[in-house]
Amino acid sequence: VSAPVSNTPRDVAMRRTDVPHTSMLLRMMLRAAVLRRGRAVSALLAMVVAAAATTALLNLYVDTQSKLQREFRNYGANIVLVSKDGASLPAGTLSQVDSVLAGRGIAAAFGMIVARTGSDQPIVVVGTDFNRVRQLDKWWSVSNWPSAPQQALIGIRAVPIVTPKNQPFDLTFHGRFLHATPAGTVQTGAAEDSRIYLSLSDFVAWTGMEPSTVEVAANGSPEEITAVMNQLVQAIPAADVRPVRQIVEGETRVLGKMQATLLATAALIILTAALCVLSTLLGWVFDRRRDFAILKALGASDRLLNGFFAAEAAALGASGAVIGFAIGVGIAVWIGRVNFHAPVTPRLSVLPFVLAGSIIIALLSAIIPISLLGQIQPAAILRGE
Amino acid sequence: MFVRLVYESFRRQKRRKLLAGAAIALGVTVATAMIAVATDIGDKINRELRTLGANLIVTPQEDSLDVEIGGVNLKPPTDGAFLNEADLPKVKDIFWRNNITAFAPMLPVNVTIENDGKQQDATLLGTYFAKDIPLGKEDFITGVRSTHPWWKVEGTWPEDNSRDVLVGEKLASQLREKAGGTLNFSGQQVRISGMLSTGGVEDNQIVAPLALAQEIIGRPGAVRRIYVSALTKPEDAFARRDPRSLSGAMYDRWYCSPYPQSIAFQLAEAIPHSHAEQIRQLAQNEGALLTRIEGLIFLIALAALLAASLAVSAAMATAIFERRAEVGLMKALGAGKVAVAAVFFAEAFLLAVLGGLVGFAAGALLAHQIGHSIFNSQISIQPVLLPVILAVAVIVTFAGSAAAIRRAVGLDPVFALRGEQ
Repeated sequence: VSAPVSNTPRDVAMRRTDVPHTSMLLRMMLRAAVLRRGRAVSALLAMVVAAAATTALLNLYVDTQSKLQREFRNYGANIVLVSKDGASLPAGTLSQVDSVLAGRGIAAAFGMIVARTGSDQPIVVVGTDFNRVRQLDKWWSVSNWPSAPQQALIGIRAVPIVTPKNQPFDLTFHGRFLHATPAGTVQTGAAEDSRIYLSLSDFVAWTGMEPSTVEVAANGSPEEITAVMNQLVQAIPAADVRPVRQIVEGETRVLGKMQATLLATAALIILTAALCVLSTLLGWVFDRRRDFAILKALGASDRLLNGFFAAEAAALGASGAVIGFAIGVGIAVWIGRVNFHAPVTPRLSVLPFVLAGSIIIALLSAIIPISLLGQIQPAAILRGE
Repeated sequence: MFVRLVYESFRRQKRRKLLAGAAIALGVTVATAMIAVATDIGDKINRELRTLGANLIVTPQEDSLDVEIGGVNLKPPTDGAFLNEADLPKVKDIFWRNNITAFAPMLPVNVTIENDGKQQDATLLGTYFAKDIPLGKEDFITGVRSTHPWWKVEGTWPEDNSRDVLVGEKLASQLREKAGGTLNFSGQQVRISGMLSTGGVEDNQIVAPLALAQEIIGRPGAVRRIYVSALTKPEDAFARRDPRSLSGAMYDRWYCSPYPQSIAFQLAEAIPHSHAEQIRQLAQNEGALLTRIEGLIFLIALAALLAASLAVSAAMATAIFERRAEVGLMKALGAGKVAVAAVFFAEAFLLAVLGGLVGFAAGALLAHQIGHSIFNSQISIQPVLLPVILAVAVIVTFAGSAAAIRRAVGLDPVFALRGEQ
């Protein structure tokens, strides 16, 4: 049972001083949003569209770089290790490279010699690990990869000379014979077309020579690739470590242009969105000059009025930003899936920027009309002038 | 009366009309610029990808195998077949001649360098550096400086008609030679004009004008292979078909598409006794990259169009909402729903056309600016785009205004005039 409530003006005033004023502020804001639904919704919509566009573009801007860098790894090696004296690399070089890479790329070792075919023609024979080459040099057009020992991959131009009828063939190197069966052909349009490829174990057993070259495709940004290169230089002093300038420089150039295009696009769209939000919100606040005048006529201080409109704008900006962020991430993920067939990881780090930007724009569009209206007498506004 | 209503509305409410028009112009600017960039980005990136090197190679049809390890040629230099230097201008005479951005002939020969009484074998690569090739009226300047843009020279590039050479940096450090020095080989003395750094096998070679290499092997006009850099279209299933198996119309379509395969086919046709094919490392990957980049920009352009149309809609809705009292007055004076709506739609149409025109011009300027600052080349806008853009602007403005106009027309004049909703 509650005590009887006295309703004398003094008691009411006493009670109200105890209640926090925020409830009144909240109620005013809520009523403003509900009563002028159309205007509030269109202002919020503009905010959401702007925040969504910004989020999607920022997410894509960050992610596209890594996505395109991965596409560029299809061009193959960007670092090459060659022994300094032109002989073989020390045994275990490949496992050292693997430990430096630690999953950040793929490496393959190549050993090369000039052998003689049955008809005494010179031909370059290469020993390598086919499983690694398949991942490193994805552009190789191979009819059938060798799977068993003593099987060889024949360059398309070497086929007529080595094994015109696809029969087993012999190779000699320093008086040692190798009997191999052709597994398939390789076509690249480059030097590979004139060569024969053997598995590394067959190659070493036959020639007694270890690999002389390791090709490395390191993932990541130019800085990360340079870091990998420096680590390789330190880990394998016997090798000459060089970047494949053809690939590295082209990649840097194309990615740079792409980044600039994306940046220009993003700046353009974000600017448009921001300007539209600004104009919509300006109209919204201007439209409420009667509310403003009534509040002022009832004795609200300038500080309270500014606080009220600022709080309203901030609430609008924040809610617009959060909804827009969710939609924008959705758009970025969709573009990633459609275009790169790989998900774009949503970046929460973008949220603070979008949130801050939205609130700043909303505040800006509230403060400009308020400071203009502040100089006008409320009576003039209420009279409709 | 109708015309006067619209005219007076524009005359008296200049600020509001300007604001709405500016919003439309801004939206159309972004849309135009994005469409221009999206349609041209493929070509721009295609040209940038050419900095990765040539994507086609032409070799003699009856060539013997290359025997080369680490840039050292082990094949007897006169062995095998050659192409004829006189046929080179034909590269720029094929159907897709405008897609050929550059080419460079190569002739590797073996030389024995005499250095301080010691002898060392090396490969000398004869080529064009930046050779002027007369093609009818215009000249075409081509060579390794265009096909291999990552080659760096310390010193100066040799002239194509000189007897100066470049020495690969690894070979130069072995020989302890520098730019400006001289090199003796096979009874000849040549000047070293610069040191070459490529990050590839050329670091162990000598690179010389083509004529010098031809002189060394005593075969004037001989060329071993030609590297061709061409703008191509991403390969699809149709591109991989064998042209000999295609019927007439299909063959024409294949022949007239700039696939790597069809350009290679035309090169082999143009140069006698030759075989041309794509360098798969370049040709295959650039197709994939191009598809990705074009797709990305296309999707972003789509998103931009959506955002721009929403922005225009929001601006129009605001503009109409502010004029409730006017609607009330018109209705109180006896205007029907249709009449009121017609006034608003006419205004929206005028705004859309004016804003669209301004926006189109601004968008064209913006696209031009983007092309100039990022790609150092023009992004051109097809005039055909103008009516399309204007139509889109009108449709978007109408769509954006429709809901607001419906509500304004449905207002009770009494409430509207009293300032209530």
